[in-house]
Amino acid sequence: MAARHKSIETKFYEDRERVLKALRNCDRRTFLKIAGATMGAVAAKGLMPPHTFQLVTIANAAVDKDFSGQGAQGDRPFTFAYISDAHLYDRTLNQRFVRSIVKAVDDVNALDPQPDFVLYGGDLAQLGTATQLELGRQILSALKAPVKMMVGEHDWFLDLGDKWQELFGHPTYSFNWKGVHVIVLQSVYEKDFWTARRMTPEERMQTVAGLDNGVQSRFEVGDQQRDWLKQDLSKVPTTTPILVFSHSPLYKYYRNWNFWTDDADEVQAILKPYDKVTVVHGHTHQMLQNQIGNISFYGMLSTAWPWPYAPEGLPPLTIQMNRADPFDQFDGCGDGQFTARADGLVDTVYNLWDRNPVTIKAGYLVSQGKTDRPPAPQFASY
Amino acid sequence: MKPERKLIAVALLGAIGGAMAVYLSLGNHGASAFAQPMPTHQVPQAKEGGVVVQLCDGVTSMEVKGLKPGQAMSHEQVLAVTSELMDEWQRRHPDKHWVTAQADTGGAATSSPAQTIGAAPGNEGMAGPGASGAAALKSQQGDTYASFGARDPLIWKAQTDAFVDEGNKIFHSVKLLGGTIGVSCDMCHPNAANTHPETYPKYQVQLQRVALLRDMIDWCIENPVKGKTLDPNDPKMRALEAYILAQRKGAALDYGKH
Repeated sequence: MAARHKSIETKFYEDRERVLKALRNCDRRTFLKIAGATMGAVAAKGLMPPHTFQLVTIANAAVDKDFSGQGAQGDRPFTFAYISDAHLYDRTLNQRFVRSIVKAVDDVNALDPQPDFVLYGGDLAQLGTATQLELGRQILSALKAPVKMMVGEHDWFLDLGDKWQELFGHPTYSFNWKGVHVIVLQSVYEKDFWTARRMTPEERMQTVAGLDNGVQSRFEVGDQQRDWLKQDLSKVPTTTPILVFSHSPLYKYYRNWNFWTDDADEVQAILKPYDKVTVVHGHTHQMLQNQIGNISFYGMLSTAWPWPYAPEGLPPLTIQMNRADPFDQFDGCGDGQFTARADGLVDTVYNLWDRNPVTIKAGYLVSQGKTDRPPAPQFASY
Repeated sequence: MKPERKLIAVALLGAIGGAMAVYLSLGNHGASAFAQPMPTHQVPQAKEGGVVVQLCDGVTSMEVKGLKPGQAMSHEQVLAVTSELMDEWQRRHPDKHWVTAQADTGGAATSSPAQTIGAAPGNEGMAGPGASGAAALKSQQGDTYASFGARDPLIWKAQTDAFVDEGNKIFHSVKLLGGTIGVSCDMCHPNAANTHPETYPKYQVQLQRVALLRDMIDWCIENPVKGKTLDPNDPKMRALEAYILAQRKGAALDYGKH
């Protein structure tokens, strides 16, 4: 059975192996011939990368680390894009996740007009190593628009954030953009579960990397950061639209998988006085929307793999994505764009790869589903 | 005819069961603790050129003289042989009282003390909370299979859970799966979510044929995990199936569902 039915990815690996084999020990002339033939074959099939293997060079532009605030006084509407949850291993080990994030970078670079900025939603690395984080930084540096970085638990728990912060700076910050106050949080702190168990940093990382092991603690923003948040907002009028980025959802969805932030209620209380609040989160690898009081929540898609909906706790307003086809590595994955409207609310486009994009208008959540309801998926989860 | 003669069919099953156990053990190889061969009954060699027939206790046996291997006995011969085997068994177990299904349905004979094997005095607590003790374990129909005590279900559960746990380990381990790109099953299927074993067999459109759960396990191992497919009898495959099925306890069987 298996020999006759190969996934796109398996075919890719076979193509790649063939090309790499041919490239070994060849002179410059032969190299050019093979590279040319590869490009020719790609063109003849009518395929664009990364559906099949070809030699790709990634530019090494600097990632914008300190958003200068130029244009901060401009007018809404403005757009921003996101890429999230790439879970990169070393490129020598795993090409699959590399091709996925490169595909997302291509998507965002193809947007016209370009977004004001690109939010990277966390979990750049799978196991938090310097090689994985540096690979991610290199790939994201090819983005034309400025990049705002957020940290995820897969980036953090090998060295408790040392390498990530060396590359990208402090994980908690805020800035004003065209009349919107934007806040980026580190929402994946965990209480120490590793010391008592005498875990090595690698074991700690591996434990946090698993969703269903039940050993790790729950995510939290923590006292210190909540104090910072109160302090940060003390200067912001309650009429200012607020946009919060967190890696984990800032509400309680499903505890067993850490689709959860333990002090979510406290964080929501801090945001409660504001008229218009949008929270955008990663981590859950699925189309996910929720409305709690004044706060609209949007979950981001992953580039690496989709997660099934949890067996309980799914917010009732969520428009589910179609069940992903396991035979297509890109299905259920993707990236997306947001539009911060003139009225301060945020519209969302889920750019699902190999499917039609899904738009969620802000009015859908704000009206508790009474208006702007998008169509339900054809195949809901089991 | 004496009541115990109604159990004669059991005697022949012993020999057939032994042969089946040997067959099953052939496909059961590998490094896992769950690759132990099935237990078999050892049938003694024929000494006088006949065929040895054994009772399902795995002990009581006799040689049918003049019967060649592969040759069928006449009905009369079968009755004679099984009677002789049961007589031998009862001679060695004078304290056991067989109750037939027929007698049992009458209601009066259901409380035969020999079949009520509960916790021993002083060990009543061993069955743990929720166990209903001797009354629930009482034999209903006089079958040997019902002769177990309150501890036995605990042992069965521990054995089953250990098998499922072996699958759990493999499901979460790139190394045990033989994966080559760092991908394990749980990365897309936490707690085996979205594996829906209850929907198999079904027509798997992408494969253009009817698939079983194990076909999909193999597909995932070969494609996203980038490992080598497993034989259906590989202990790892068996353990993975056990784990995945155990995660869907209570889901209604719904084969063919899309």
